[in-house]
Amino acid sequence: MSNQEPIHSFSSRILVLPEANIDTDQIIPARFLTTTTKVGLGKVAFNDWRYTADGSNKPHILNEIDPTEHRVLVGGNNFGCGSSREHAPWALMDYGFQAVISTEIADIFKSNCLKNGLLPVVVSKDVHDKLLANPQQRVTIDLQNNALTLEDGTVITFEVEAFARQCLLEGVDAMGWLLKRLPDIEKFEQSHGKAA
Amino acid sequence: MTAKSLFEKVWDAHVVEPEGADKPAVLYIDLHLVHEVTSPQAFSELDARGLKVRRPDRTFATLDHSIPTLRPDADGNRPYVTAQAKKQVETLEANAATHGLRLFGYDAENRGVVHVIGPEMGLTQPGYTVVCGDSHTSTHGAFGCIAFGIGTSEVGHVLATQCLAQRKPKTMRITVDGKLQPGVTGKDVALTVIATLGFSGGTGYALEYAGDVIRDLDMEGRMTVCNLSIEAGARCGMIAPDQKTIDWLRGRQYVPQGEAYDEAAKGWLALASDEGAVFDKEIRIDGSTIEPMATWGTSPDQGAAIVRGVPVADNEDQERALKYMGFTGGEAREVEKVDVVFIGSCTNGRMADLRAAAAIMKGRKVAPGVRALVVPGSEWVRLEAEKEGLHEIFLDAGAEWRLPGCSMCIAMNGDFVSPGQLAVSTSNRNFEGRQGPGSRTVLASPATAAASAVAGHVADPRQFMALEEA
Repeated sequence: MSNQEPIHSFSSRILVLPEANIDTDQIIPARFLTTTTKVGLGKVAFNDWRYTADGSNKPHILNEIDPTEHRVLVGGNNFGCGSSREHAPWALMDYGFQAVISTEIADIFKSNCLKNGLLPVVVSKDVHDKLLANPQQRVTIDLQNNALTLEDGTVITFEVEAFARQCLLEGVDAMGWLLKRLPDIEKFEQSHGKAA
Repeated sequence: MTAKSLFEKVWDAHVVEPEGADKPAVLYIDLHLVHEVTSPQAFSELDARGLKVRRPDRTFATLDHSIPTLRPDADGNRPYVTAQAKKQVETLEANAATHGLRLFGYDAENRGVVHVIGPEMGLTQPGYTVVCGDSHTSTHGAFGCIAFGIGTSEVGHVLATQCLAQRKPKTMRITVDGKLQPGVTGKDVALTVIATLGFSGGTGYALEYAGDVIRDLDMEGRMTVCNLSIEAGARCGMIAPDQKTIDWLRGRQYVPQGEAYDEAAKGWLALASDEGAVFDKEIRIDGSTIEPMATWGTSPDQGAAIVRGVPVADNEDQERALKYMGFTGGEAREVEKVDVVFIGSCTNGRMADLRAAAAIMKGRKVAPGVRALVVPGSEWVRLEAEKEGLHEIFLDAGAEWRLPGCSMCIAMNGDFVSPGQLAVSTSNRNFEGRQGPGSRTVLASPATAAASAVAGHVADPRQFMALEEA
C-alpha cells in the first residue's frame, strides 16, 4: 500500500457533473466515514444524489454509466471544497475516476487527490465551457507532458505541483521521502529545543 | 532585517529543509491532534511499514465525531449509531494504546471536540504549528499558530516523522476596523468575512485577521473567526497573540508555569506582524456595519444580515441554493419556520457561546414544535456550564442538554436533522444534506440560534437582548 502505481497518460470519456461548488459532503456524506479502511467507498460516492432514503436508485447519471468508460470527472466551478476527509478521493477512485477537472479545486481535497493518484486538473473557464458543452467527449490526459487534449483537438497544459507530479510519474512514496530525512529532522529538533 | 508577517515568522521557525522548485519544504509540526474518523487508515499505514509513532509526546487523541452525545445506559452501554461507529472508537483506543499516545477518552476529565480541548488544556500554544485530520484545525490560529487540516495520508506522515512536505501558501491580511454594534459576535464577523471573500476567495492563502474588531474579540470569538477560515477556502487563519491571549492561556495544564510562562509570553508577543510586513493580498472590512448574520443558501458564503432579508438570486448557483432551501428572494427571514436549533460544535461550543445562548433563553421557552439541542464542546465546558447553571436554563426552556461531541454539526453519530427540516445551527457548514439527508441549514451565532429557537423562526437576536446593551 506504500507505493503508487505510476501514472503517465490515459484516454477516457468524461462524465460531467455541472453543479458548482460540489463539496466533500456531496462526494461522500459524513455518515459513511465510520469506516476504518479505504476500500469499497465507490458505492457510496455521491450517495445522496444516487439513492433514496430506502436505498433504491434515483435516476442519476452516476447510476446509468459504465464507470470503466468514464474515468474523468468534470465538475462545475470550484470542486472539492469542505472537509479534509481523504474518503472523498478514495470514494471517487473506487467508483472508477482517475482524474477530476474543474475551474478551481479546493486545497485540502487537491492534496488528498495527489496522495492517492487521483489527478486534479484545473482548467480555464473557456476549456471548462468546452468540456461542459460536449459531455460525451473523449479526452486524453498526459501527465508526462502536463497536457489535456479535448476531442476537438484543443491541447492545453495544466499545472501539477512539481513534487507531487514526480511522485505520480515515478511512483515515489511521499512518506518514504520524509522518512529519508529523519536524520535532519532529529538535528532540527536538537537545535530548536524540540527534542523529546 | 526585512519586515515579516506573523505567518512568515512561525513558518520560518519550522522549516527543517527549505522549499525548492522541484520539492516542497519539510515543515516541522509541534502539535498533532488525532480523532477517531481520519486516523485509522493512517495507523494501518504505519503498521504496514512496521513504524511507530515517532513523537507520542506531541500527539494527542480524542473521541468526538462518531460518539453518541446521549448518556450510556445503566450497564454503561453507549448508544452508538452503528456497530461500525463503535468499532471506529475502539480502533482509536487500540491504536493509542499500541503507540503510547495520550487519548482523552471516555474516562478523561477533558474529553471533547478536538478544537475545543486543544486550547483549553494549553496544548495549543502561540507560535506552534498544529495539524489535525480535520479542516477546522484553523481554529488554533487564534493563538498565533499555523494550524491547518490535513488528509489521512498526511496524518500518517506526521505520525511517522513529525513533519509534512508543504509548499508555502500566499498570505492575505483581513483587517476588520471599527467597533462592533451591540449584539454582533465573532460568528457574525466570520460570516461577513466569508461572504466578502467568497467560497473560494481564500484558496491558496494563509489568512491573518487584524484590526480593532479582532483585537476587541474575546479568545472564544477569535477562535470562531479562525475556525471558519476554511469556509472561504483558506487552510489556515491566524491572529497575533496579545495580552488577552497570554491571560487566557496562563495556568492551563500544558503551558509552562510560573516564570517560565512569563518568559515564553515575551516571545509570543514578538510574533505579531512587523510594521511594514507585506501581504500578497489585503482586504479591509468596516466592522461597525456588521449586523447579526444568517446564511440563506447552501454554502457558508451565502449569508447576509438578517434584517436585510433573503437576497434575490443573481445567478444560477444562487437560484439552485434558494430552491433547495425553499426560500424566496426578497422575503423577510422571519417567515422561515424553524424545526431544529443546534448550539455547539468546534465553531461555537465554548463557554462564551453557551453563555450568549443562555442569556437569550433565560426565562423563555423554546417555541412549540422546535427541537433545540445544546451540545457542549468539551467535558470541561459541560462541567463549567453546569456549575453556572446554564444547563438548567436550557432545560427549563425546553432544550436538550447533551454530552460533548461534534453531534449535529457533521451528523454522523445519530444526531441529525430530518429530511426537509430547517435547522438554525451554530456550526460551520450549510451544504446540502450536511446535517442529515435532505436537511436544510441556516448558519448563525449562538445568540441568533437561541433567538430563533424562542421565536420559532429565523430571528435577529437583538430583539431579545436587554435594553441597556442596545
